[in-house]
Amino acid sequence: MSWMNIDKTRSLLAGLLTLAATTPLAAQVPDRSQPPELGPPPALSLPPIHRLELSNGAKVLLLEKHNVPLVQVNLVVRAGSALDPADQAGLASITADMMDEGAGGRDALELADEIDYLGASLSVFAGDHTTTVALYTPRSRLDAALAVMADVVLRPDFPEEELERKRLERLNSLMEARDEPRAVASVLFDRTVFGDDHPYGRFGGESAIRAFTVSGLREFHETHFRANNAFFVVVGDISMGEAREKLEALFGDWRRGEIPMMSWPQAEQVGDRQVYLVDKPGAAQSEIHIGRIGAPRLTEDYYAITVMNTILGGSFASRLNQNLREEHGYTYGAFSYFGFSPLPGPFGASSAVQTAVTDSALVEFMKELNGILEPVSDEELTRAKNYVALRFPSRFQTVSAIASQLVELELYDLPDRYFNQYVERILAVSKEDVQRVARQYIAPESMAVIVVGDRATIEDGIRALDLGPINNLSIDDVLGPAPDLSGTR
Amino acid sequence: MRRVLPIFVLLCATAGYAQEETRIAVPYERFVLPNGLNVILHEDHTTPTVSVNVWYHVGSGREKLGRTGFAHLFEHLMFESSGHVPEGAFDNWLEAAGASNNGSTTQDRTNYYEDLPSNALELALFLESDRMGYLLAAMSPETVDGQRDVVKNERRQRLENRPYGLAFSTMFEHLFPEGHPYSWPVIGSMEDLSAASYEDVVEFFTRWYSPANASLAIAGDIDPAATRALVEKWFSDVPAGDPVPPPDVVSAYLTEEQRPVLEDRVSLPRMYMAWLSPALYAPGDAELDILASILTDGKNSRLYKRLVYELQIAQDVSAFHYSLEQGSSFWIIATARSGHDLDELEQVIQEEIDRLKMEAPSEREVQRAVNQYEVSFLGGLERVGGFSGKADRLNGYYFRTGSPDYFNEDLARYRAIDPVDVQAVTRTYLRDGGRVILSVVPEGQPELAAAGARAQTD
Repeated sequence: MSWMNIDKTRSLLAGLLTLAATTPLAAQVPDRSQPPELGPPPALSLPPIHRLELSNGAKVLLLEKHNVPLVQVNLVVRAGSALDPADQAGLASITADMMDEGAGGRDALELADEIDYLGASLSVFAGDHTTTVALYTPRSRLDAALAVMADVVLRPDFPEEELERKRLERLNSLMEARDEPRAVASVLFDRTVFGDDHPYGRFGGESAIRAFTVSGLREFHETHFRANNAFFVVVGDISMGEAREKLEALFGDWRRGEIPMMSWPQAEQVGDRQVYLVDKPGAAQSEIHIGRIGAPRLTEDYYAITVMNTILGGSFASRLNQNLREEHGYTYGAFSYFGFSPLPGPFGASSAVQTAVTDSALVEFMKELNGILEPVSDEELTRAKNYVALRFPSRFQTVSAIASQLVELELYDLPDRYFNQYVERILAVSKEDVQRVARQYIAPESMAVIVVGDRATIEDGIRALDLGPINNLSIDDVLGPAPDLSGTR
Repeated sequence: MRRVLPIFVLLCATAGYAQEETRIAVPYERFVLPNGLNVILHEDHTTPTVSVNVWYHVGSGREKLGRTGFAHLFEHLMFESSGHVPEGAFDNWLEAAGASNNGSTTQDRTNYYEDLPSNALELALFLESDRMGYLLAAMSPETVDGQRDVVKNERRQRLENRPYGLAFSTMFEHLFPEGHPYSWPVIGSMEDLSAASYEDVVEFFTRWYSPANASLAIAGDIDPAATRALVEKWFSDVPAGDPVPPPDVVSAYLTEEQRPVLEDRVSLPRMYMAWLSPALYAPGDAELDILASILTDGKNSRLYKRLVYELQIAQDVSAFHYSLEQGSSFWIIATARSGHDLDELEQVIQEEIDRLKMEAPSEREVQRAVNQYEVSFLGGLERVGGFSGKADRLNGYYFRTGSPDYFNEDLARYRAIDPVDVQAVTRTYLRDGGRVILSVVPEGQPELAAAGARAQTD
């Protein structure tokens, strides 16, 4: 299957490089007066995406890649932290964390020894809407590694003493988070933008960590880890026939189940702009995080938003980084992003800036957030579109990166032609599209402005900017008081 | 003693690898331009992308006292402007062509790469040759000032504003004698960064950034003959410059145990323990990699299992061998859990080191570590670009060994290791009497530091 027709790029590139003169190849000294003229971008041709279902209905997507003898197998279960109970934020995460701490009759050390000896790696982690069991293994060790993976997925033991270990580990991580300005800013940003009641806004503090029980973890696993609520993605040095046989043998009798329907409250958009200032006495830098609710992954505006954000803060040459880093020297880097999820995720712009210039940096942030509402230049538009579209093939180099692409395809039920269309959809974004989505999603008057820094030095300057009411907070206000762990072993 | 893994039996059936069992082949073509530039080409058509990778054999180890951090500051200036590339155009043109780029600096070398769609190869050659040949034509004191601020912010972000951020520079200061090229941090001191002048830029470029002190590797979707012609077209006019003498290797030896203490804005105390050790690719280098893995990789590793899993007195523990051209260092880093101090951690770490000195590790422990190394070699063959992709590795091997395709020789070092070899390097290099043990403790709690009751016992 040959895909990705990037013909449109040719004319765009030609448009960008009309100034380029042809260079005589044989010249002793090359003509350096212009950058060289480039030929048309190459098309990426990948093998087809195979699909099959196991006898219990579990879906499998597979892409063969034989140049290096490695195989990536990702099992994606459609349940993640968005399903955490309100008083147990982190339940999906700790359930994932506990799955390889004893399974199928082997304890945590035995499981780890087997996987490590194979040279493989097996990890289990929860996202907002998924839990992923990821196996990366040399081709020659696939059978043994898959057998361990099957035990971890289907037969986790959730031993009580392992849960206590994890609990202590997490309480200590909570202590460490207090020292990290970026972690503090991130927790406060999510809570401020989405609210305590929304799954994207919750944070698993001490009380949640202390509330986890073995039976709660078992129930989460039992309810959601079902053949009809999961799919496999297999990429690498393996054929469809082999994959079918191996997965059927190990996962064929995985039972189906009734999956509870879930719905989430719609998060309320951020209101009038306010500043949230968290004191970190003596900090050399201020961690700035500005944003609001963005858009869901399946929005029609996905491509236009991607191009718009690339111009604003999605690449090195973007406006935010050029302004705050290159022009003013306030920071090592400034960026912006849209977090695309099944529900509308965040839009955020962030940087760590030198303490003394915190107020000046905020002025430049607001300038760029307002500036993107105006029409962008042709040069910026072309550069951003090419940057996103022409780098697309580089996402298909490694088995793990290709697996991530296939996971996105299946998770959002995108058509197989999505990969073919991606480049042309990006290249079709117009200047008007960029301005429209900027005005729709970037509202500088309705944003949460989080600053974690040395309050004594920066507060007056921030107040003088009159960005909105200033809420003074402590790290305790954000993360809760430091857990008392003096009595722990 | 040594088992050859089935994985390599399988490799010989795989296209792209040589037929001989256990060999990984990364075929390349190498040539040298009249101005001394070494060029390495490698074809891989898996995706229509190409990586252009340039190494300059200069790092912070070549700096002078009073000008620390200059090699890295200079790396930043390489992205600013050159004779025919205006300020900002480097990134603008590359992004418009769908390329990513970056650079990095260590004590020994500076590297740069552009990963591009294969049609844009020539753009990277134009940009790299322009800054190799004509950087000074566009440099100004203002450009230096601009990047000086950026680098100071990089230092704040990596060191001052990060918990435990000053630990590594403190360690290197104690591991190496004053004036030793590895005794200062790659990013330099704030004071020296302020002192860097435009004249320093001119001198540094003239002295170190000559083609003969550089190597260009191009890997990916290329036609070697056409690529060679393009390289000759763009790099032949770069002036040769003066030859670069090899560095004067300064030896270092720790004759006693040092125990610095650093108070920091941290909640949990952390211990950094390090020894001086053999240089990259010297005998003992690979054995110390395997020792590090046996100590802290995975739940069954010696230190993780005891400190984190069983006793639960540590939040994390890691060990690694940091290998450099003039001499390396072996590190163990462990964070105490709340309610525990660094003496408890040190005692267990010492017990485990002593145990390995008395008794070689099991064959399974060594093999487990070697197997993981072998798979990481395979993983490295998946990407042509970025840091530690194939182009970067070809340049690295060329600089350090003279052979770009050193993959098999490198891997063979690990396969050849016996348990007694691991015991031997533990005895030889992890000496009680010659090491640095840094305690980073919460402000106002120096009593949590490792006091070292057992210091100076051997």
